[in-house]
Amino acid sequence: MTELATYNFAYLDEQTKRMIRRAILKAIAIPGYQVPFASREMPMPYGWGTGGVQVTAAVIGPKDTLKVIDQGADDTTNAVSIRAFFQKTANVRVTTRTAEATIIQTRHRIPEAALQTGQILVYQVPIPEPLRFLEPRETETRKMHALEEYGLMHVKLYEDIARHGHIATTYAYPVKVEGRYVMDPSPTPKFDNPKMHNSPALQLFGAGREKRIYAIPPYTEVVSLDFEDHPFEIQTFSQPCALCGAKGSYLDEVILDDKGGSMFVCSDTDFCEVRQEKGHRGHLAANPAEAAE
Amino acid sequence: MYVAVKGGEAAIRNAHKLLADRRRGDRSVPAIRLDQIVEQLALGVDRVMAEGSLYDAELAALAVKQARGDMIEAIFLVRAYRTTLPRFGYTKPVETGRMAIERRISATFKDLPGGQLLGPTFDYTHRLLDPELADDAPVEAADRRIETAEQTPRVTDILSHDGMIEADGELPEGSETGDLTREPLSFPLERDLRLQALARGDEGFLLGLAYSTQRGYARSHPFAGEIRIGEVEVELDVAELDFPLTLGRIRVTECQMVNQFKGSSKQPPQFTRGYGLVFGQSERKSMSMALCDRALRARELGEDITAAAQDEEFVISHSDNVQSTGFVEHLKLPHYVDFQAELDLVRRMRAEHERASQTSDTQEAAE
Amino acid sequence: MRAATQVFEGGFSDAVLNSQEVFRALMDAMANPGLVIPVRDLVNAPAPLQPVMAAIAATLFDHDATVWCDKAIAGSDAATGWLKFQTGLELTSTPSDAQFALIRDVDTMPSFEAFAKGTSEYPDRSTTIILQVAGFDGAEVLTLQGPGIEHTRSFAPSRLPKLFIDQWAANRAAFPRGVDLILAGKGALAALPRTTRVLKREA
Repeated sequence: MTELATYNFAYLDEQTKRMIRRAILKAIAIPGYQVPFASREMPMPYGWGTGGVQVTAAVIGPKDTLKVIDQGADDTTNAVSIRAFFQKTANVRVTTRTAEATIIQTRHRIPEAALQTGQILVYQVPIPEPLRFLEPRETETRKMHALEEYGLMHVKLYEDIARHGHIATTYAYPVKVEGRYVMDPSPTPKFDNPKMHNSPALQLFGAGREKRIYAIPPYTEVVSLDFEDHPFEIQTFSQPCALCGAKGSYLDEVILDDKGGSMFVCSDTDFCEVRQEKGHRGHLAANPAEAAE
Repeated sequence: MYVAVKGGEAAIRNAHKLLADRRRGDRSVPAIRLDQIVEQLALGVDRVMAEGSLYDAELAALAVKQARGDMIEAIFLVRAYRTTLPRFGYTKPVETGRMAIERRISATFKDLPGGQLLGPTFDYTHRLLDPELADDAPVEAADRRIETAEQTPRVTDILSHDGMIEADGELPEGSETGDLTREPLSFPLERDLRLQALARGDEGFLLGLAYSTQRGYARSHPFAGEIRIGEVEVELDVAELDFPLTLGRIRVTECQMVNQFKGSSKQPPQFTRGYGLVFGQSERKSMSMALCDRALRARELGEDITAAAQDEEFVISHSDNVQSTGFVEHLKLPHYVDFQAELDLVRRMRAEHERASQTSDTQEAAE
Repeated sequence: MRAATQVFEGGFSDAVLNSQEVFRALMDAMANPGLVIPVRDLVNAPAPLQPVMAAIAATLFDHDATVWCDKAIAGSDAATGWLKFQTGLELTSTPSDAQFALIRDVDTMPSFEAFAKGTSEYPDRSTTIILQVAGFDGAEVLTLQGPGIEHTRSFAPSRLPKLFIDQWAANRAAFPRGVDLILAGKGALAALPRTTRVLKREA
């Protein structure tokens, strides 16, 4: 019975890795262009990071240290599950520290700490096509990219301005890469968009269900779409993190009671913890002495 | 003071432990064995093999057991295993004309060479719950037709003699049969890839689409030309041998729909076909597949594309239940970063709205 | 007999980890154009295939890869036999059908125009050309700019295809279509993706 089903080392077979690796090289050579690849069924469901997992599996080796985050946090269940998958199948070192990781797989956030040369950020992407909600047909959107016909996207953003006075897209905010391809940054809040520009890290994007891989090499121009009279701007928070006191990080609202009470804390758990270790305190942080008791 | 909740790892471990416990259920009930599933839930096993695209009844039974009977979960398990298997080569097309037939019916001819053979069908059973099945009542062995060596020609071969029906499809010169598991799909598709996608497509989704064509959304005037179920040989050409190597036999269900076609400037009026072929015994799936195949040939046959079932990108992009269930269910994953961004935006817009209405109120009062 | 054993020997000692190591070097190279990335000698292939070129082949090729080889390589039964046995690749005699090209004689290689540049809808359907060079301390120093390079980077491969500056400018101008180059030296490799601009020659 033990012979009934066996799996290859690091889950993906070598042929699949080669196919993904070839796609990654093309993706890096054509920044922002979505390279079709023969995405495989993975042991986790489509939509749960299969693209990112396939990219990481094709890239990772014994010298790597892996960090996995979901919503900026290392301890969210899907991040825990994916990290455990690579510990089990590739036996790699894992970390929660952004600075220690060589590969960071992420869903919905870019770490607050600036990434370094040699680091690889792997994004899990649900819908890689930035034009998909304007035009559902792949045959059409492919033509639009080929012809660099992005007017529809500008019209959509401008309609927001006409209706609301500002652009109403808050996440998955489209960017233009090296002045050529309009690209979906995955559903990260637009707060993170500026971090993609001229990053020293290599950014790889994997969309498993939609079977696309794309990339931004280090030091590549990434510009959020905007208008002269309505320049791109990121979210700001009126208060600092309640735990580490950080200003200028992306915050999650944590509901404290059912009477509208809430507090704001860093969504990047590692960033917040490192700050607290260094002695930074927000107004609701536990006193280290009290917490030890 | 606030301490963030941690312990995702422990929560997952405990949840999976609970799952294993629930899967086993009441320990005083004997655990179900794979051979019981293979033998007694055979059509469920067939569906898992068909949509899991892997012909292995024991693995499919294991998947059904592991998935607690959730068919799409079982299909997913089989697919995730299949995808890791090395590929040695591609077999020759199976010759369904040489099938060892267990069931064969035609709705287009009363009698035909090879005859009609009802086989193990639910058709004409009265759907009355049978209390005897609740126990292990002895079941009489069935009478079997004596196997004859004669081949049973396919209805489409019979019809093709006088050009009444289009010939077997041909791929363009020099084209190799595609493999959707090795190459990403790029639309528009050739029929080979479309049929592959339909063969592993969700039975329920294809059933609904097929039904829609019968209700006028791309009506195709279908007749069930022939449905046959039985075993076919699977053969592989090996470079070192000058004869094909027989790998074994698989049970398949084949459906050939015969559809009216008025003809075009290039072609005289003749019958066209929709084709369905699935692993195991599943008439519902093979018939649905054949109806969808015919509807999806609209572009090729110069028909107007007016309905969902004719829209290749729509049908093929949404027919895979492993993809569909993954993305629908991924909404369970945390989205609070994006939700925060939306929350912020809605608050801002509400504040703007309030300011604007106050201003207009003040203006109105002043007037 | 000797040729036959040559074909079956000299592959990766650990197919999984060796190919991962070479791929990471390739990916780093592609992401950092002109940066010379050291690679260990992990395979031993028949002449004229040098170890780095052969290791790249073993990393990227299989029966889904269509490869064109120049005369020096195609003319060696030992070399093509090794490639076929080790990778299962499919050889083509038409450069414009090739996903990859292996070039031993850089001086006499066909122009970039002869290879696949992809289409405007699928610019990835293009040839990645792998050139075998002696090293990266050539007399001619190129100054590179573009994605993957913070400011500029100097690059001095020992050999370049003829009329390289003009050919490369034309390749760059066709973006997003175009070929990408991988240069396999002794114990090191580098890459020039189609996005890289070659600014000028220095003395």
